[in-house]
Amino acid sequence: MVSIQNLHKKFGKHTVLDGLELNIDDHGIIAVLGPNGSGKTTLIKSILGMVVPEKGSIHINGKPLKNNWEYRKEIDYLPQIANFPGNLTVIELLKMIKDLRGEAKREQELINFFGVNKFIDKKLTNLSGGMKQKVNLVLTFMFDSPLVILDEPTTGLDPVSILKLKELLHKEKASGKTILVTSHIMEFVESVSDRIVFLWEGKIYFNGSVEELKEKTNQRDFEHAIATLLTGEHV
Amino acid sequence: MRRWMLLLFILSVLSTQAREIEVCHSCEVTSIQAAVDMAQDGDVIRIKSGTYREHDIKILNKSIRIIGEDYPVIDAEKKGTAFSIQANNFTMEGLHIKNISTSHTSEFAAILMAHSTNFTIRNNRLENVFFGILIEKSTGGSITGNRIKSKSVRQDNSGNGIHLWHSKEIKISNNVVSGMRDGIYLEFAGESIISDNVCRDNLRYGLHFMFSDHNKYLDNVFESNGAGVAVMFSKHIKMYRNVFKKSWGSASFGLLLKEINDAELKHNVFEKNTIAISADGTNRIDYVENDFINNGYGIKIRGACYKNIFTRNNFLYNSFDVAYTGRINENEFDRNYWSEYSGYDLNKDGIGDVAYRPVKLFSYLVTQTPEAIVLLRSMFIGLLDFSEKVSPIFTPKDLIDHHPQMKKIKW
Amino acid sequence: MFKILKYSFFDLTRSSWSYIYFLFYLLLGIVLLFLNNDLSNAVITLMNVIIILVPLIGTIFGVMYFYNSREFTELLLAQPVKRTSIFLGQYLGVAVSLSLSLVLGLGIPFIAYGLFQSPAIWDFTMLLITGVFLTLIFSALAFNIALSSENKIKGFGYAILMWLLLAVVYDGVFLLSLVYFQEYPLDKFSLIATMLNPIDLSRILILLKLDISALLGYTGAVFKQFFGTSFGSVISLSVLVLWTILPLLNIARIVKKKDF
Repeated sequence: MVSIQNLHKKFGKHTVLDGLELNIDDHGIIAVLGPNGSGKTTLIKSILGMVVPEKGSIHINGKPLKNNWEYRKEIDYLPQIANFPGNLTVIELLKMIKDLRGEAKREQELINFFGVNKFIDKKLTNLSGGMKQKVNLVLTFMFDSPLVILDEPTTGLDPVSILKLKELLHKEKASGKTILVTSHIMEFVESVSDRIVFLWEGKIYFNGSVEELKEKTNQRDFEHAIATLLTGEHV
Repeated sequence: MRRWMLLLFILSVLSTQAREIEVCHSCEVTSIQAAVDMAQDGDVIRIKSGTYREHDIKILNKSIRIIGEDYPVIDAEKKGTAFSIQANNFTMEGLHIKNISTSHTSEFAAILMAHSTNFTIRNNRLENVFFGILIEKSTGGSITGNRIKSKSVRQDNSGNGIHLWHSKEIKISNNVVSGMRDGIYLEFAGESIISDNVCRDNLRYGLHFMFSDHNKYLDNVFESNGAGVAVMFSKHIKMYRNVFKKSWGSASFGLLLKEINDAELKHNVFEKNTIAISADGTNRIDYVENDFINNGYGIKIRGACYKNIFTRNNFLYNSFDVAYTGRINENEFDRNYWSEYSGYDLNKDGIGDVAYRPVKLFSYLVTQTPEAIVLLRSMFIGLLDFSEKVSPIFTPKDLIDHHPQMKKIKW
Repeated sequence: MFKILKYSFFDLTRSSWSYIYFLFYLLLGIVLLFLNNDLSNAVITLMNVIIILVPLIGTIFGVMYFYNSREFTELLLAQPVKRTSIFLGQYLGVAVSLSLSLVLGLGIPFIAYGLFQSPAIWDFTMLLITGVFLTLIFSALAFNIALSSENKIKGFGYAILMWLLLAVVYDGVFLLSLVYFQEYPLDKFSLIATMLNPIDLSRILILLKLDISALLGYTGAVFKQFFGTSFGSVISLSVLVLWTILPLLNIARIVKKKDF
């Protein structure tokens, strides 16, 4: 589905991706983890075509994505900070994105699911961070694309909403989607992920299931496993 | 003296039983020259309509009246002057004279009047002429209601509409002159009044004074001439209620004053001229209650001007109200209305509390570097002018209106 | 692109700034035409506003809008939309709404005043044409600056600097070189220097309808001949079009390579 070869990216003198190789062929939820500055967001943005790599190639469903934008029809993306044009109302924003992407079959279902209908006529300026994130989630999932990329999906959400999100993710997984997630909430990652991709200095340092990770690090606890992964390199 | 002569004239007309000679193609007399030759003092020559191909018609010492009926056409066929007249108490009216030849050596005219007194030239139409009405060394006449029209292209082979030379006490009124070199030209002419004429589209000047003192021109309109009026080397000229407009083009003036003294300008309107008034070597001239509207320059003073007074004039939306070269020289600007004045009037006496400096630094710059005009009304120039106004360095410090009016002056 | 334009435009038409800008012109137009009642004065004042304020507002609005909608832009970037469409759409949204504020704000008082019957209609048309062009040009330049500098404060700084350069400094240097080289024929130089700066070019195009034409004759036959002919008008308009298109092409160029 996604195949990345020898990906290099520098910002100024700072190397972010250094010959990264990654293949994602399986369905399910893949968590992209790594310390700050390890290149998670850059990797995601490269897949989305928002960052232009210096070297290497990315293929999505066998098609290279250089000078191509139509492949994004098959990706749903949830950006980290959702800041929408403030003067639009929620319903107008939904309409607008639909206008850009075409019909959204699951719009109403998701609106009900996240309880967005309570503030659907409000202007986006007047929404709280959590409300905005819910709108953001509706926007992301309503097009029902086979590949979903979520950058910090839990930001601003209350515990109840996080539970709902988990519920949704399990449903989506069951319907056969591939979902890439980044998150700092380890508990969340552990409970949803099928596979962990750990980035370190612009390369894939670990790629495997939660169990494999625990095994490798000899840790029973996921959070400790990750911590060991982080510190292990230094020792 | 003149009155006596007039009386004598009337008496002589009454006593000699004036004859009337008719001229037409089927009349006894078919040529104007023949009629003139027959006529005696006091006779009337009545020319019926038709075309008369005659030129150099000479009228010598005959006090007669020539009257055209329905504008008979006198076609000089480009062969010289149409009428040359030397006669006192002479009248000519209602003729249509055309096709006077141009020349570089002779001053051919439709009507040439020399050494004459007490004449009237009235309601004639002159078309395609070299000189229109040329008056030499004559006294006491009136030239009214004539229409003079030509299509002059170059100054060197075109003549003037009404041309006075060494003459005085002439009244020129209600004429319309267009397409000549100068509309009306006075050289060594005095005590004359020029009023209610319209001079337009003349190549050089609408009205031109040279060495002509003690004249007045009133209520005339000068439009789209090379320059409206030029007054040069003359004294005691009164200029009232004239309109100078659309002298628009490179080096065009509404009014050009050069080496003149003791003149007065009042109630004139200058509109849309490149330079409304250009003054060069003028002394003791009063500019009172004139309007300067939408000109490039309102007044351009070129130097050697002393004791000129500008008061109660309206300066409205000119690119430059005043351009000034040299020192202040006792010239005075006071109590004018300046549309660009932005001061305030706290005591409500109608006079701005802050004095106004009408000369801009930019006008000084343009004088030095004419190409700089392309920066007219740019922000940089605005800042420059502002700083100069706050602390003048290049423009004369004492050129200042201490009593700028808050409202347009009504006169 | 037109979808993005549509939404950017609607977004801006709801922002109070657009209305303030529109009301400003409306008020200015009404005051100048109805209270002052002098057409030539009105045209000159409006010209001053248009050559100073329009570029400034275009610049500031362009930069501001770009930075304020950065996250939204990121959302759009992840959508199946061409990159250039996103930015050109946003640019057009800003430029069109600013132009509309200008045209409607001044146009309504014009029409109410009955300018269609007035001979000044062409002066006002020229005012509006150059005003719209300056809006298009300076919003495009603003987008260029904003795209090239991530830092908001720096971006604003550069934008104001650019405006200052074109609106003031350029003319200062222009004047200095005219004074310095006054022994040489300067006709062609001043013609070219005028054409190269959109603010100067707009100013001259408006002034040619007003007072400069007579004053120009005083110096440059070349200048007068050039602007007097239809060839000159075509060239001037083409230069304005070029000034609009070149920054837009540059936007497209930057956007293709840029990381977000």
